[in-house]
Amino acid sequence: MPNTKRRRLVATTVAVALGATALAACGSSDDSGTQSGPVSLTYWTWTPGMDKVVDLWNKGPGKEQQITVTVKKQASGDTLVTKILTAHKAGKAPDLVQAEYQTIPTLVSNDALADISDQVGDAKGKFAEGVWQQTTLGTDAVYAIPQDIGPMMFYYREDLFKKYGLTVPTTWDEFAETARKLKKAAPDKDLTTFSANDSGLFAGLAQQAGAKWWTTSGEKWKVGIDDAATRKVADFWGGLVEEGAIDNQPMYTPAWNKALDTGQQLAWVSAVWAPGTLTTAAPDTKGKWAMAPLPQWSKSENRTGSWGGSSTGVTTDSGHKDAAAEFAAWLNTDRDALNALAKESGIYPASTSAQLSGAFTSPPEYFSNQPDFYTKAAEIAETTAPSAWGPNVNVAYTSFKDAFGAAAKNKSDFTAALETMQDDTVADLKKQGFEVAR
Amino acid sequence: MSSLAVRKAQPAAGTTPGTAQGPPPRHRIAWVPTVTLLLGAVYCLLPVAWVVIAATKSGSELFSTFTFLPGTGFADNVSDLSAYRDGVYWQWMGNSALYAGLGALLSTAVSAVSGYALATYRFRGRETMFNVLLAGVLMPPVILAVPQYLLLAEADLTDSYLSVLLPQILSPYGVYLSRIYAAAAVPADVVEAGRMDGAGEWRIFTRIALPMMVPGLVTVFLFQFVAVWNNFLLPYIMLSDDEKFPITLGLYTLLEQGANTPALYTLVITGAFLAVLPLVVLFLVVQRFWSLDLLSGAVKS
Repeated sequence: MPNTKRRRLVATTVAVALGATALAACGSSDDSGTQSGPVSLTYWTWTPGMDKVVDLWNKGPGKEQQITVTVKKQASGDTLVTKILTAHKAGKAPDLVQAEYQTIPTLVSNDALADISDQVGDAKGKFAEGVWQQTTLGTDAVYAIPQDIGPMMFYYREDLFKKYGLTVPTTWDEFAETARKLKKAAPDKDLTTFSANDSGLFAGLAQQAGAKWWTTSGEKWKVGIDDAATRKVADFWGGLVEEGAIDNQPMYTPAWNKALDTGQQLAWVSAVWAPGTLTTAAPDTKGKWAMAPLPQWSKSENRTGSWGGSSTGVTTDSGHKDAAAEFAAWLNTDRDALNALAKESGIYPASTSAQLSGAFTSPPEYFSNQPDFYTKAAEIAETTAPSAWGPNVNVAYTSFKDAFGAAAKNKSDFTAALETMQDDTVADLKKQGFEVAR
Repeated sequence: MSSLAVRKAQPAAGTTPGTAQGPPPRHRIAWVPTVTLLLGAVYCLLPVAWVVIAATKSGSELFSTFTFLPGTGFADNVSDLSAYRDGVYWQWMGNSALYAGLGALLSTAVSAVSGYALATYRFRGRETMFNVLLAGVLMPPVILAVPQYLLLAEADLTDSYLSVLLPQILSPYGVYLSRIYAAAAVPADVVEAGRMDGAGEWRIFTRIALPMMVPGLVTVFLFQFVAVWNNFLLPYIMLSDDEKFPITLGLYTLLEQGANTPALYTLVITGAFLAVLPLVVLFLVVQRFWSLDLLSGAVKS
């Protein structure tokens, strides 16, 4: 099984690189070198309107440098990772790919993403520490450039909070009290729901509590999905579901849309991109919502998790890595590019300087009642806790949906579900040929 | 050619009870089967009704009005869908028609030739070949998509129209069906008579056997057309350029645009509704061949 062997080797490389030693993993033998003549690159992305942003490049800096980029629009999600890896197996991955942060370790351990630290190392200063670290996996290598981020926030119906005499919770204890108070005042309404469909949300909440799901010790992976921090989060939400203080139905269903639109649910723990979702999910309640920081685990803390966000990576299959890295850096750090991304694609930029300029000087249309929406958002984004992704996030996420889906439905113990998630993830890592520390 | 087949098969259809010899004798209504079938029909048709009605709703009506209350936005939905990325939807529709139409036609041709050969000629390895084919029928095409991708990547054919067409041409089920049908519909005597009269093997196949096989081949064509039209994984893995996407893939990209974009539910639903229409039309048009096929098959065997 040469494949397994190679994977293990790569895994070891990553594990070593992830360790304390600052080691440039896969000192990629750059086959691109100095390019001469026109270069044409392909770029797999799901971001709507990206073709228009890329046009700016092709007509501007790209024209000067004779680098033409072609957008090939894809569907987002885990299936895209599979598609990239399949293409990579055949040596046919595109030059550039859009990758969600949690998929970067998977792509790197399959040797699909190239180290572009030589080309883009100085872009580091444009991003928050916790964001940049997700694209380096804590090494000296750089595997992607951050594009958009999803710092988590608390959204609530301002009018209904007033009506029921509720205050915006600043801690999770207050959050639970608010949910109970609402149940007493209006038994048919719910503060929010625990959605077992949205693994990313749970991961973000655990991240806020300080969980580190994947870490390395020596040459081994360590999985901490059932660590104390995550258990705290699981117990908290499991308790609320069990006592019936909040709903247990999944999000992103027609029923959920209706619940938001009719005020049956009063709040939503979400991320900075929520205005876009609310626009279609709850069109009738425009202007009645407000955004606040996520509740904290203790009064003294000020942290948030992230839900979503993606980056631009250069693949190892690319024959023009320098050119591709140059484009990736332009796309995510250039002022004009970021403005266009905000305007055409509605993304919330990872680049800190862009978070308060251009499109972000005025609030999203849905939140016109909250003029300082983006000022607040930028402040919250700064408090994003570091994340720790591993090479099989997709397996952990699937296991979450199964185990927590059943637990939420039966209103049973969330801790047991968490253990299942931990066991499934460890078992899969071992099956893939990674070494796992206990 | 097909008209010949129709004329040939018609007397067979006429002999079946209930169609030619006046109305069938009246029976008392069998309640249990009737109710069971009605329930089945409701179960199958309810989602279709949902799609049809949801396609008429505007974005704000979609989740707020009563589920089976028709909305007012159908025309807007269609024009929005047509405007999306300069009408790429209709490009997808055209692509699907090409993949399914040409793919099913080629596949039917290959099935006809192979099925006829397997049914008519005796040669060493025939049964082995047929058994391998049978095993192929049991194998879901989904699991072949990745190996097929890797193969076509060797030939540098990925991300092309051919990459989706080629793997669909050989359909084990089509060959299997054609063999069974040819064995039943093309008598050995007729083939022998053709040989006596000095016709070549190709001439016998195209002039004598093929017309007899048409009803069966229509079935193969329909099956294959629907299979290709609904196929998702193969084009998903093969294609990266969304101008070459079939409708299934296109609608998927419409739905999965990342979290920070409002989901285009109304467009996807309208798109799904419009994508079903060609299949409905195809079935209505070709149905008469199909029923003939079933009837004549029953009579002959």
